[in-house]
Amino acid sequence: MLVIRRDLVDAMVAHARRDHPDEACGVIAGPFGSDRPERFIEMENAERSPTFYRFDAAEQLKVWREMDANDEVPVVIYHSHTATEAYPSRTDVSFAGEPEAHYVLVSTRDPIEHELRSYRIVEGVVTEEPVKIIES
Amino acid sequence: MAVTVSIPTILRTHTGGEKSVSATGTTLAEVIDDLENNHGGLKARLVKEGSLHRFVNVYVNDEDVRFSGGLDAEVKDGDNVTILPAVAGG
Repeated sequence: MLVIRRDLVDAMVAHARRDHPDEACGVIAGPFGSDRPERFIEMENAERSPTFYRFDAAEQLKVWREMDANDEVPVVIYHSHTATEAYPSRTDVSFAGEPEAHYVLVSTRDPIEHELRSYRIVEGVVTEEPVKIIES
Repeated sequence: MAVTVSIPTILRTHTGGEKSVSATGTTLAEVIDDLENNHGGLKARLVKEGSLHRFVNVYVNDEDVRFSGGLDAEVKDGDNVTILPAVAGG
């Protein structure tokens, strides 16, 4: 289960809405071993595409180094789907390289109601998990 | 030429859980061959059909090797090689 503060959920949705119709992506870092997302980091979608996303490699190195220095890990890795449901695509599964992260998908295909769901993706296997939002 | 290689979580099964290992070589390709000798299975996770796999980012110090020759990128004594899983999808 992903337990996450309301303000962090709102920040992901706002980012996804702002970049729509392109996909938005980012990370929420948290203390190593805590499984608690805390520090919200919007990333550049180097692809600037409505159907694909990729963290800019240089920005990713900088952010991963910061996390290392702070003893943090990427607790949440999020991105948006702008025309399809919030379920990992085949490409999402093939790239998923952080077995301990919660992969959060936000769908902005409906202009009013967003859809937000969370998954573990380990060795090609997708497992959906409940999301518990706590008031911040 | 000894370099330090940072290993991401997903590949640490090949290094007995070690976060960072040392390797030798004068190019990234040689470093990866040396890694393979000591940590079997790593090379297949990094290289496909003679070039770097699109699922990984490799940096020598701060430089993304995609812009500095890929597997032919030169490494010097004391360099840091960092491997990160590319974060991407559709």
